[in-house]
Amino acid sequence: MSSGIEIQLIAIIVALSCVLPGVFLVLRRLSMLVESITHTILLGIVLAFLITHDLNSPFLIIGAALVGVLTSWLTELLSKSRLLSHDACTGVVFTLLFSIAVILLSKFASKVHLCTDAVFMGELAFAPLNRLLVSGYDLGPVALYVSGVILLVNLFIVVLFFKELKLATFDPMLASVLGLSPVVMHYLLMTIVSVTAVGSFQSIGSILVIAFMIGPPVTAYLLTDNLKHMILISAGGAILNSILGYHFAHMLDVSLAGSMSCMIGVSFLLVFIFAPQRGMLSMNRRRRRQKLEFAKSTLLFHLYNHEPRVEREQSIARQLNWSAEFSLLVLQILKKEDKLRISADGVRLSPMGYEQLKQDQQAIFNRL
Amino acid sequence: MFDSLYELISNYTYQTVALGSLLLGLISGVIGSFTYLQRQGLLGDGISHSTLPGIAIVFMLWQSKNNALLLIGAAIAGLLAMMFVLNIVKYTRVKFDASLALVLSVFFGLGMVCMTYVQNMPNASQAGLTSFILGQAATMLRSDLYFMLICALIVLSLAMLYWKEFQLFIFDRDFAQSSGYSTSLINGILACMIVMGIIVGLQTVGAILMCAMLISPAAAARQWTDKFPSMVILSALFASISGLIGTSISSLVTQMPTGPSIVIIINSLVIVSMLIAPRRGLIAKVCQRRQNRINFNKKSLENVLGN
Repeated sequence: MSSGIEIQLIAIIVALSCVLPGVFLVLRRLSMLVESITHTILLGIVLAFLITHDLNSPFLIIGAALVGVLTSWLTELLSKSRLLSHDACTGVVFTLLFSIAVILLSKFASKVHLCTDAVFMGELAFAPLNRLLVSGYDLGPVALYVSGVILLVNLFIVVLFFKELKLATFDPMLASVLGLSPVVMHYLLMTIVSVTAVGSFQSIGSILVIAFMIGPPVTAYLLTDNLKHMILISAGGAILNSILGYHFAHMLDVSLAGSMSCMIGVSFLLVFIFAPQRGMLSMNRRRRRQKLEFAKSTLLFHLYNHEPRVEREQSIARQLNWSAEFSLLVLQILKKEDKLRISADGVRLSPMGYEQLKQDQQAIFNRL
Repeated sequence: MFDSLYELISNYTYQTVALGSLLLGLISGVIGSFTYLQRQGLLGDGISHSTLPGIAIVFMLWQSKNNALLLIGAAIAGLLAMMFVLNIVKYTRVKFDASLALVLSVFFGLGMVCMTYVQNMPNASQAGLTSFILGQAATMLRSDLYFMLICALIVLSLAMLYWKEFQLFIFDRDFAQSSGYSTSLINGILACMIVMGIIVGLQTVGAILMCAMLISPAAAARQWTDKFPSMVILSALFASISGLIGTSISSLVTQMPTGPSIVIIINSLVIVSMLIAPRRGLIAKVCQRRQNRINFNKKSLENVLGN
């Protein structure tokens, strides 16, 4: 295998393992907690490193996972006191743990090669250099195996606990009534998030893990209402972004993970603007239509309220605090729909208009 | 003890850095109270990460390490990121936190792409990025201090000028809107203030810990008072004092980075405030609960004996 293909393979596997917990994070509104966890795992890494003095030790992953869960627990603890708003709890906890990590790093670990840049940036291009050798045979890059195992674990957990995760995400009350503890699901999710983050930080860096975890699911969230489809679309998006990002980076000779997250941003932007139903364009169109519908009803009710007095065309804009053009537009539409008649002395409701009025009234009061 | 303290105070670098942290505390304490009450504390975190591409692109285009130019680039990138975050929330069902996390990480990725493009080598700039992320208070110059002073003056005068509007906007946005205040204008001014505060903080505490400077002082101050003006003043006070203490600790202890020590002080202040603040604090609550129980029992006993 050439190193290019190996890099793309690693990127795809990392992206897929990030997407699996990411979908639930987006739906559970925990995106910023991930941001805080990806920073605080530095503390776990530093502590484990100070004990083992080995950057490849599995204790680094364990330490990071523990600190990740600790972060989540401390945030919940502060949040439960109800003295701080939830986002403030996240901010306080993560900056505190992160500061401790940085101080430890600069006091004890400055002589060894564990610089913060390596943690924040990672470098995918170096991933194929570190090979797994078993009795002299080259079995491929270590990163491929590490990320492969993490992907399998994430896949296993998401498939096994799909129902529980789904219920705990959409209806935590029902989940706890049925005996599926949402708390357990929360910490399970936080554990796999921390493990995924620490497993990926060497290849893509801890800040870009957030892009990989949140980006594709948010994009998919604008395209579908079905959880399974959301997972599949995000997985597809993750693969596509990784491959496109690789070629883009190759072309300009820039950071691989950076350009992959740029692709994530670009694909989100496209979906954000053009998505059917939930995109910005269709949202704008819908808002305009709703505004017009509302204005039409308002005008009909207004005329009806003022009966038997007949309103003049020009005074309507002033009475409803509309601009002259807008009131003209609404009047024209209603006239075209034959809901009102405009004569020399003013504007009157037509029989069709009364019909519409009755319907609107029923719609409003039935809802009440 | 006093000798070393005297030596410290007469040290030129220490004076500069301490004054800088003091000013930073003042700025972030005031702005932080606004964002904290709007529950957008983490916005600061997102924006500070997002300033990276601005710095990188300015460096790419002009090849200059001129501070002012770089900071203008950072400000533009920060404002752009903020616009994205708020518009994604406005136009789609994506929630604030997801939108923030997405924008900050994509901007950061873009920043890395630009950085590596500048260097034209596969690894990101080692020197520039660490100081961006963790700050480099020790390299602060007198000229930086003047810049901070100007920013502080601008932020404080904006806060005074729009005091009524901000207050109305924070506590009752709908009412503010229906009273004819332009939401986008006030939002824009607030955004500019936040970005200015973050830029001031980039050099001292760095991008990541700037978040603490915006959240923690306000969070600590909130425990002590229910009044907005006193909260703003307390928050600025807490932030400045922590800045001063943090800088002193980092100068007295060897190999102690400035940013993280300031952040640890201010976060400890939050925890202490949560514990001992009168009325709201956890200890006060426990005492109150015990008092309530005793009063209740006393009343019940009186009732029983009375009948």
